[in-house]
Amino acid sequence: MYPPTSPYPHPPLHQTHSGPPPSKALTNTGHTTNYFHQQNNQHLQPHLPQHHPPPTVAPPAVRPPHPSAAAAQQYTPALPTNALYDPPPQQALYCTPDAYYGQQTYHAPQAQQLQHQLPHQQQQQQQHQPPVNGVGAPLYPIVSYPSAPGSSQYGTLRSSQSPCQAPGAVPTLVGAPLHQHPQTSADTNSIAPSGDMPNHSPPYNNYGYPGMQPAYQQGPASHGDSSPSHALYGQQQPQQYAQPFPNMSTLSAALGGLSGVPELELEALMPVNLLHERSLLPDRPLEAPEPNLSPDLRKVNCSPQTFRCTLSSIPQTQALLNKARLPLGLLLHPFRDLQQLPVITSNTIVRCRSCRTYINPFVSFLDQRRWKCNLCYRVNDVPDEFMYNPVTRSYGEPHKRPEVQNATVEFIASSDYMLRPPQPAVYLFVLDVSHNAVEAGYLQHFCDSLLDNLDKLPGDTRMRVGFLTFDSTVHFYNLQQGLSQPQMLVVSDIDDIFIPSHDSLMVNLKDSLELVKDLLGALPSMFRDSRVTHSALGPALQAAHQLMAPTGGRISVFQTQLPSLGAGLLPSREDPNQRSSSKGVQHLGPATDFYKKLALDCSGQQIAVDLFLLSSQYADLATLACVSKYSAGSIFYYPSYHHVHNPAQRDKFRKDLDRYLSRKIGFEAVMRIRCTKGLSIHTFHGNFFVRSTDLLSLANVNPDSAFAVQMSIDDSLVDSSLACFQAALLYTSSKGKRRIRVHTLCLPVVSQLSDVFAGADVQAITCLLANMAIDRSVSSSLGDARDALLNAVVDGLGVYRNTVSTLQQHGLIAPDNLRLFPLYILALLKQKALRTGTSTRLDERVFAMCEFKTQPLQQMMRMVYPDMYRMDTISDQGSLHLNDTVVPQPRLLHLSAERLSRDGAFLLDCGSVLYLWVGKCVNEIFIRDVLGCPNYASIPPNMTDIPELETKLSERVRAFLDWLQDNRAFSCLFYVVREDASAKLDFFQNMVEDRSEMGLSYHEFLQNLLQQMSK
Amino acid sequence: MAFTFAAFCYMLALLLTAALIFFAIWHIIAFDELKTDYKNPIDQCNTLNPLVLPEYLIHVFFCVMFFCAAEWLTLGLNMPLLAYHVWRYMTRPVMSGPGLYDPTTIMNADILAYCQKEGWCKLAFYLLSFFYYLYGVYLLFLLCTLSCSGAAVFGAGVQHSWFYTKRAPRTADIH
Repeated sequence: MYPPTSPYPHPPLHQTHSGPPPSKALTNTGHTTNYFHQQNNQHLQPHLPQHHPPPTVAPPAVRPPHPSAAAAQQYTPALPTNALYDPPPQQALYCTPDAYYGQQTYHAPQAQQLQHQLPHQQQQQQQHQPPVNGVGAPLYPIVSYPSAPGSSQYGTLRSSQSPCQAPGAVPTLVGAPLHQHPQTSADTNSIAPSGDMPNHSPPYNNYGYPGMQPAYQQGPASHGDSSPSHALYGQQQPQQYAQPFPNMSTLSAALGGLSGVPELELEALMPVNLLHERSLLPDRPLEAPEPNLSPDLRKVNCSPQTFRCTLSSIPQTQALLNKARLPLGLLLHPFRDLQQLPVITSNTIVRCRSCRTYINPFVSFLDQRRWKCNLCYRVNDVPDEFMYNPVTRSYGEPHKRPEVQNATVEFIASSDYMLRPPQPAVYLFVLDVSHNAVEAGYLQHFCDSLLDNLDKLPGDTRMRVGFLTFDSTVHFYNLQQGLSQPQMLVVSDIDDIFIPSHDSLMVNLKDSLELVKDLLGALPSMFRDSRVTHSALGPALQAAHQLMAPTGGRISVFQTQLPSLGAGLLPSREDPNQRSSSKGVQHLGPATDFYKKLALDCSGQQIAVDLFLLSSQYADLATLACVSKYSAGSIFYYPSYHHVHNPAQRDKFRKDLDRYLSRKIGFEAVMRIRCTKGLSIHTFHGNFFVRSTDLLSLANVNPDSAFAVQMSIDDSLVDSSLACFQAALLYTSSKGKRRIRVHTLCLPVVSQLSDVFAGADVQAITCLLANMAIDRSVSSSLGDARDALLNAVVDGLGVYRNTVSTLQQHGLIAPDNLRLFPLYILALLKQKALRTGTSTRLDERVFAMCEFKTQPLQQMMRMVYPDMYRMDTISDQGSLHLNDTVVPQPRLLHLSAERLSRDGAFLLDCGSVLYLWVGKCVNEIFIRDVLGCPNYASIPPNMTDIPELETKLSERVRAFLDWLQDNRAFSCLFYVVREDASAKLDFFQNMVEDRSEMGLSYHEFLQNLLQQMSK
Repeated sequence: MAFTFAAFCYMLALLLTAALIFFAIWHIIAFDELKTDYKNPIDQCNTLNPLVLPEYLIHVFFCVMFFCAAEWLTLGLNMPLLAYHVWRYMTRPVMSGPGLYDPTTIMNADILAYCQKEGWCKLAFYLLSFFYYLYGVYLLFLLCTLSCSGAAVFGAGVQHSWFYTKRAPRTADIH
């Protein structure tokens, strides 16, 4: 699968001649429009004196591609880009040892060799400069595509664009300064709704709704709605404090120098009787629990949005972990968009010599010259260069370096961290143009969106793009600079796909910009009358893989139906009558391994495949998703997409595309997760290929995907009071820089069960359990997965009741920090991915599963248990002041119809969708001031926006909505739902605490739990 | 004649089990390499997968031989492993080629641990059955020689019986 290659010593110039058999591709003339890094340049860079690197020294300059000499060096396929990431014990995983050692001789010989060959090749290029239309009698059919309107007006591009560029003109992402933003300001993330915002505690209002309509009251809703929690807490607190934890003294002893925070712990462990407590939700969205660390460590610890552990106190032994019956794992969002990030350029990246951990804030300095690794406890030397602190420009303060002051840092990596020159940004778009696709009409929106975003595509001057369309045949587009209009090359031999022309299909965007625009303008009309119903996705993907193999990059596939031709064709597996069956769901796994194997091939060549499925029929996402899952791509699904009949999906597609095209991207990435000796990684969740026990291979990394990791404890952690986790993501930025982003999380180790419970993070636990349940439902069955989720709650609460809680209470009790656990699990069981009983289309279910696996925690929690707020009574009380806007902070409400009232308007935030539900008897002022309609009856049924009115109420509502949407990766859809509208079904599906066809109500669920626990 | 065919089966099984022991050791080493990060899972699966069916077929082969030889006890002892192999291959992940191991799931700690355990268990089973077959060969030839040459040979001991067994078919011919 991975042919051994010997990448460096021999630049594979011959490759262009040994492509497909000549009978097939004749235009293959050995001139390749490739980029050429003058590596020798870098080599000649004088070595900086190690002791006093001037703070303004630029990173070793990489010369930009030299367009006139744009020949040479085609990237070798299957390069083990990252073999050096973790040098000696790490084999170059995708290549032979030769290749691995080959890099030693990387600079000099190769550079010379290239130099020798370069002129020759240029000559060759001139000689072989082919007739542009490929008159060399190609055997494949060439179709010069139907004259696009006005296409002839474009002449060659060369005249209009200057072919030469100054060597230094590459815009470098990180400019000259040695580091940026060394000062961490703690409140940078506070703008995010879920961020580290100060915990406002507004006056504890009476939050019952006196005007609640009887219609919305189910059961004994009225009792004690005023503030039952107060009453209960009042009763329990004395008992709790009267019986102090016996382990308090031992705890502080175990924590050594850490100053424990017993109050926090007691609060977290305070028992809550779930059956009596009716208001469990906090006023604001839940925050991650603070690990029980000393304030110094807590201050520098990694942000919980990036790195979070299900147990913020790590149990000492596996036995203790088993006893607690809570899952141990990490939730990671390593590449998320950060507002500030210390970027460090230095000649030596300081790492532990034995475990290769990057130096981080949790290491200890034994003296000026030595530091002790916090993961393997080896004592290392501090290199001379590290003694100099570029922030204060002082010498001899290694502990003040930005690496040691920040838990999240980014290094600019040297050539030690690359096995080939950093790849350029390469994007290939593979578009379905069959009849079905034309009917759905996505092409127009795609082309428009791409045209709008062409200048926002991340990349430098080397950026290349290509297009490929397919129906029952595969169409390539020659966009070679100099053509008057794009050329379409059709390959109809889909059983043995080949690339008709090697150098003109992936073109430099800058050089061929006009041609690309031309093509995008013409594409929608070209296939308007297509009658071909078949879809040869498999061959198209194979072709895309061949096209991208030399460089790596991103393939975006747009597919609208079940692949029906060539390799990878799929049968329809869904039986619509089984959609609501409660017996079990079939076909959650792939039907064939074609897409998986293709994904692995792609992953090996550093290609990621992103899948956009816009299908109205069953398209077997379970199988198709494999192509993205194992190549670290993303999956988007738009059920029943139609450009006219389904405007909601169309808008979502447009918005998603805008974000998708312009978001950051990292190429040829790997992520390694290291943890304190004794801990080990059990399973990974997300989209990637696991290359070894702690190394993920990510062909591309994007800021919107997250990962989950299950951990286990191999050896006892008795000797250590702290456990650390370090995730290091090595990637090539879109500007061609090799960078390493390092996150380090530090948590205390505890020896008591009660401490383990006190540190439990209910949101993280829910997310990890969801990931585990999805694995289980694919490998075993959905029923098993649901049972496992249920058992997780039963076990967790059972252990708490029997061992930790000192109260002999009847009923269902939970520690305060886990009081939402049953609620979240119930919500999880009613999610599309895991629900039974109600009709769920297989593709939608599979997509929900894929989303669970890749969504970051905040987003996922909003999907599982959406946030609901009352909007008509919104006030400035307790509001958040950000810059010059005032953001009101309404209370969170339980997701139950009994919390709704006819005279209110409620906002439901489901992550990707926002619903504003408007009751029938809502205040006229609200309708007038916020919705801009005279009365309830005149609210349009499909309102998707609220007008900008100059009223106080409107301003508040809009400020709140904007604040909610701020920093959300994909902008969400907004619907105004009238109480009597048909769309209210979608809204009420989210009322997970009510009894529905999907399952029990919350109260019944608790009764059920109690029954199970007493068994 | 029947018992000589049985003896032949045992001898064959003895040799093939020796081969299977090598398979099992190879299996254990391969998974150990995976665990210690020396190998890429894709490569490792590519080397392991082609070996799965031969191993199973070898085992099936001498099970069939024992069936033909009507060695019910031996067959019974092998049945669990045979059934396990069938089950294991039926529940393999969706794959187009032969084999059991999927590079995308193999690094999962549970599966890795399972495969390792499977390797050790099989090694133990094959080792035990190796000695069992050795004993079977010995016993059968002992019986053979006993019936052919009488009780006098019995005292010859283990070392000598091997020589007798070699000659045993010939003595049968003479008779």
